[in-house]
Amino acid sequence: MKCLNRLLALFVLAALPVVASAEVSLLNVSYDVSRDFYKDFNPKFVAAWKARTGESIEIKQSHAGSTKQVRAVADGLAGDVVTMNQAADIQFLADKGFVAADWKGKFKDGAAPFTSTIVFIVRKGNPKQIRDWPDLVKSGIQVILPHPKNTGNGRYSYLAAYGWALHQPGATDKSAQGFVSAVLRNAPLFAAGGRDATTTFMQRRIGDVLLTFESEAELIAREFGHGEFEVVYPSESVLAEFPVAVVDKVVDKKGTRKQAQAYLEYLWSQEGQETAARNYIRPRDPAVLKAHAAQFPAIKTFTVDEVFGGWSKAIATHFKDGGILDQLYSLK
Amino acid sequence: MSAAALRLANRESRGVCITLMLLAFAFLAVFLVLPLVAVFAEALRQGWSAYLDALKEPETLSAVWLTLGIAALVLPFNIAFGVAAAWAIAKFDFRGKSLLTTLIDLPFAVSPVVAGLLFILIFGAQGWFGPWLSEHDVRIIFAAPGMAIATLFISVPYVARELIPLMQAQGREEEEAAVSLGASGWQMFRRVTLPNIKWGLLYGVILANARAMGEFGAVSVVSGHIRGETNTLPLHVEILYNEYNAVGAFAAASVLALLAIVTLIAKTIVEWRMRHEQQTLAAALPAEKTA
Amino acid sequence: MSRTQHNVLPGFRLSLGYAVTYLSLLVLIPLGALIAKSMSLTAGEFWQIATGERALAAYRVTFGAALLAAVVNAVFGFIVAWVLVRYPFPGKRFVDALVDLPFALPTAVAGITLATLYAGTGWIGRFLEPLGVKVAFTPLGIVVALIFIGLPFVVRTLQPVIEDFEPEVEEAAATLGASRMQTLVRVLLPQLLPAWLTGFALAFARSVGEYGSVIFIAGNMPMVSEITPLLIVSKLEQYDLPGATVLAVVMLVISFVLLLAINLLQWFAATRHSGRAAVEPAITLPRTAEVAV
Repeated sequence: MKCLNRLLALFVLAALPVVASAEVSLLNVSYDVSRDFYKDFNPKFVAAWKARTGESIEIKQSHAGSTKQVRAVADGLAGDVVTMNQAADIQFLADKGFVAADWKGKFKDGAAPFTSTIVFIVRKGNPKQIRDWPDLVKSGIQVILPHPKNTGNGRYSYLAAYGWALHQPGATDKSAQGFVSAVLRNAPLFAAGGRDATTTFMQRRIGDVLLTFESEAELIAREFGHGEFEVVYPSESVLAEFPVAVVDKVVDKKGTRKQAQAYLEYLWSQEGQETAARNYIRPRDPAVLKAHAAQFPAIKTFTVDEVFGGWSKAIATHFKDGGILDQLYSLK
Repeated sequence: MSAAALRLANRESRGVCITLMLLAFAFLAVFLVLPLVAVFAEALRQGWSAYLDALKEPETLSAVWLTLGIAALVLPFNIAFGVAAAWAIAKFDFRGKSLLTTLIDLPFAVSPVVAGLLFILIFGAQGWFGPWLSEHDVRIIFAAPGMAIATLFISVPYVARELIPLMQAQGREEEEAAVSLGASGWQMFRRVTLPNIKWGLLYGVILANARAMGEFGAVSVVSGHIRGETNTLPLHVEILYNEYNAVGAFAAASVLALLAIVTLIAKTIVEWRMRHEQQTLAAALPAEKTA
Repeated sequence: MSRTQHNVLPGFRLSLGYAVTYLSLLVLIPLGALIAKSMSLTAGEFWQIATGERALAAYRVTFGAALLAAVVNAVFGFIVAWVLVRYPFPGKRFVDALVDLPFALPTAVAGITLATLYAGTGWIGRFLEPLGVKVAFTPLGIVVALIFIGLPFVVRTLQPVIEDFEPEVEEAAATLGASRMQTLVRVLLPQLLPAWLTGFALAFARSVGEYGSVIFIAGNMPMVSEITPLLIVSKLEQYDLPGATVLAVVMLVISFVLLLAINLLQWFAATRHSGRAAVEPAITLPRTAEVAV
């Protein structure tokens, strides 16, 4: 009986609006693999904020697929801030009027406090001698990547391959598409997500090379052990910028703009950048990056803005139904 | 097993009997036992202490409570609807009966991906009632009520679908006899219908319950995934897995499997007690049926 | 057929009214919202999305795999239900409990686990792969996932009906000289048929919409192993809500028609059977007596 009471009480509590709690609370709506970082980062901000203003603050986290999360915010999930892995997702909220139209100018570095890049994960000893992009299209090589149309890492992997091919001497859009099409031809399957691609590669031992974020290599090591694979840095790759924004509609209603702004600004603080580096996300701060140079080898990168004219345009030309990606499948 | 069933078991020739059992076991082993074993193997890959630690995580515990809370809330609705719908469909003839039955089945056919979306279209900020709800600060979507509604939706068919064929097979003679002997509607239901359908009802409830606790897709869309607040166990499982915490994920999944087994054990106990009661009753009275 | 010429049972209006109201609020209005949303597109746009080359291929994969899985489940589900009800064996309770596992396990866990089991390195895949049978990341993998998802439906709808069989009927048939097979086909099967069809319909319907488990084992290759729910998700990932609702509505309509057909068939079988049952009132009488005690 007591058990049942507790259960009902909990249920009622869960149904109450978040505002009901006495102290200020922020909800950070984020993508799915950022949890470890925010788990480390949030207590640091809470302490710093308490020291600076004397106010107790609670940070709640929500994690799921990036695009799914911004749709939830647009449908009423009351996130004070959004911290995503592709700019298109925040642009979607800007278009809907949830986020300032000039959100990229609201913080430094185009409002992206950290970055990562797409790298190759190969089997121990690199038996197939995979060093750079051209090796991926050799016959008999199997490439594992998350779904290139529906997932953030998959889209970044696609753009990385496309951008590299475009930067080769004498390259045209046509030759780049031919190259990407050849990469896709070597993919035996499209994994459901980044994590699923990893399981397929590491545990089911399918494929010779896995395309994923540099930041996930460390997570793979935690799950499967450092000695099980090698990270290969290609000659050039895409710079994945992880953008953040304050959700105006929510903070204006809750009266939490000040805290939300401070929370996101703190991501650029020495402590924020340091925490990112420890979680294998590349910090923007050159000093912090240098201090962790062993962990972040130099790699030539290009941004989505430079090569593809921004995320919204990349989606419209490449990932929309009937876009270039869909045409490349049918070339197969 | 009663003596009668034992006798029946011998009805098929021994060869047929053994073949059927082997087929059933092989099928179950490949499709059910191996996946279950694999779940526990993953959960225990780093030993018992890692398994127990994973279960003691506050976020896992809060997910367990929320899952049980939603299941408990949804249950009475499912029973009431299931019995009412089955009564109307199985005991009466009316126009559009097949249509009604099909409508009951429809939530099965709606992809979980879409099921959550339905309620976003109604209660979401851009949905039909969204503006009114946000004006009055009522939270349905991305909070427990929305998750309960989505769970109700996906579990609509179970109890009714379990009862309809059973009640159809039983016909309506017994109830008609009770009514003609002067029983009131409630008396008839309690004394005649309920005892007849109790196993079907129990199966239906167990199914609806297991499904309500295990649902991922629909609930995922309306949950908002707020840690420690609106994550049910299935959602928590997926999040842990995506975060490269396989042990935590499979440990949480094993809890769901165990919950299903616990409900089944509860069912067995109830069943055993009832049979025991019946046997004492039968012993007290001269046996009329065994003749 | 008009409502009951001589039905004396109470509660028709109440139970039907309640059921219809409940269904309207919980199922019909939300589905109406879905259809309304898809109508925000013009008929031409709707048609173009609904009949795109990839959409058509996805329907084929989705409905084909669901049908195949439901047939396998109908056969093995019957055997499992029969064995569980009729034959005594040690550990029966445990096996019985196991049947509900597909409901309780989150579908994503099921998909991940099945993919791992059936991949070339998995416990099952390592025996199949040398034989040239590839399951994981092929359309066959989709069928395997759907068999897992749909199994409880057939077993659980058949179980109570088999339990409800009067031993006297079979005994009577045997006494009258019927062989076991004759008893099964002539006496038991007609009684089983409505429940069997129900179980089949439910397993099929559930499989058509399944997403969570399938995407992990399907391989998701366009035109080959891409299911319709994946296309819906793909639309949502492009922020194309109306486009997503179009595919959802198409699936809904196809499923509705198929379910309706099966239910009409089922209703037909049931009325034929109850017509016969009415001639054998003696069989049900002893139970009435027992209940009256």
